Amino acid sequence: MTERGRRRRDSDGLQSRAWLYVVLALGLILMVVPFIWMLVSSVKPEREIRRSPPTWVPETVTVDNYQQLFDRLDFPTYFFNSTLVATVVTIGNVVFCSMLGYALAKLDFPGKRVIFTLVLGTLMVPGMVTFVPLFVLVSNMGLTNTFPGLFLPFLVGPFGVFLMRQFFLGLPDELIQAARVDGAGELRIFWNVMLPLCGPALATLAILTFLASWNNFLWPLVVAQTEDKYTLPVALALVSIGQNATQYGLLLAGAVVVVLPMLAVFLALQRYFVQGVAMTGIK
Amino acid sequence: MRRRQAIAAWVLALPFVVLFAVFTAWPVISSLFMSFTDLRSTDIQTPFATNFVGFDNYVNVLGDPLFGKVAFNTLLYVVVGVPLTMVLALAAAVGLNSIAWLRGFFRVGYYLPVVTSIVAVAVVWRFLLQPESGLINQVLGFIGIDGPDWLNSTTFALPSLIVMAAWRNLGTLMVIFLAGLQTVPREMHEAAEVDGAGRWQRFRYVTIPMLRPTLLFGAVITGIGYLQFFEEPFVMTQGGPLDSTRSVAFYIYDQFGFGNYSFAAAASYVLFIAVVALTAAQFRLLGERR
Repeated sequence: MTERGRRRRDSDGLQSRAWLYVVLALGLILMVVPFIWMLVSSVKPEREIRRSPPTWVPETVTVDNYQQLFDRLDFPTYFFNSTLVATVVTIGNVVFCSMLGYALAKLDFPGKRVIFTLVLGTLMVPGMVTFVPLFVLVSNMGLTNTFPGLFLPFLVGPFGVFLMRQFFLGLPDELIQAARVDGAGELRIFWNVMLPLCGPALATLAILTFLASWNNFLWPLVVAQTEDKYTLPVALALVSIGQNATQYGLLLAGAVVVVLPMLAVFLALQRYFVQGVAMTGIK
Repeated sequence: MRRRQAIAAWVLALPFVVLFAVFTAWPVISSLFMSFTDLRSTDIQTPFATNFVGFDNYVNVLGDPLFGKVAFNTLLYVVVGVPLTMVLALAAAVGLNSIAWLRGFFRVGYYLPVVTSIVAVAVVWRFLLQPESGLINQVLGFIGIDGPDWLNSTTFALPSLIVMAAWRNLGTLMVIFLAGLQTVPREMHEAAEVDGAGRWQRFRYVTIPMLRPTLLFGAVITGIGYLQFFEEPFVMTQGGPLDSTRSVAFYIYDQFGFGNYSFAAAASYVLFIAVVALTAAQFRLLGERR
């Protein structure tokens, strides 16, 4: 390639790269504008929220909307409920899914194939199929409007098993054999030798489970029947389709309270999210 | 030795298996049973008082004009939503894959909507889509377009929900596609370039074929997701106006709300069959083909 040709190609590359950044930046704006608009509007008084043309920087900054949210609607309770349910669900998935994941990846036992096939098979079953019988089951157990009713159905799931099995498969068998030679029992090997190596996988599973539980909506909507059992999304949904439906300041403040904790967790731990999607997405 | 291993394995498997059997496997089976009975919410204490009715529920579901309507809406969610989300996600992934500087920053931004609660997202989008003071119509007005009352229009409500869903879901697919793009060997691109292939030709004849398994996976999970479209219409439009955004999953939820448990179970199995059929079709269309 001649010197001139190469130079032309380089400047072409530079130009198209600049264009690529412009397009990506425009896309990024479209992706995040709703969140910025939510934050900005939530600190405006109701009158300014409805103003046309809109103000990008609030003329009056107020915490009234948040104040109302916490005074009138008992958001601290919903916040506590969401946290409690998500924490229990996360612990359940991390513990039970890693146990089964290890057994499926590294141990031989009768029934192994059947369990794996059944668990994987349910990945395709629509949530609506189990929804009605699950509700009947939970009502017959007397668990509607209780915390166990909210978290029991989600304590284990196929996603966690899939992820943990995949991770354990990548760990060397030699570790297990060496521990066996040293006379360690099977459960001990799992707990003391293999599980400590699973840090990244466990973190990924914990974060994705917590997120899913925090954002879960339909099940708590039907199981939680009194306000003291509402989770954040349920409370926000009921407010937003109820008589306050037009009070946008209040609703947007509620949306901020629901979204902000997860946004913070995501920004702090984002590599685990990406890892989780990539780990279960490919292969 | 073998035996000890088997016992340990079962100890490890047992808690999961019990919980899974009670809260997942049993509901899947009992839903199937239920769909052949006349169980209603009032029979919940005395499940043995119900009768076996054969395929009546299925006949009634398929004969209900409203079911036809919601099935058509769901079809639109799938055939418009899946390609739209896939194309946007692929474009974002290819874009991010060809830059180094700020890649992580862009990835975080594009993924952001995935981690947010649909209820909160609905609040924000309803606010954005307001006919007069909403940001979208304000911007449209700025360039001289008189925007409609999006969510109260039988024409625009469903497309609005599809666009919102694509916005919310493209981050997941983008991350999957990005991981897939990283497995395409650089040498193949270089070889194609030496042979005189332009950028588009390299994308079309190198990237796409190498990415086929990833695209298939993306199409399958997105398809399964859109077939079960529920939360968006539920919180944005309550299925309206005039059922124009009501989906099959929403229809099932309504029947559950009316107390028609066995009818809802039958409708949910119709949806299940649709999920299996769509997945099989995608494997045939996008799967191994030379």
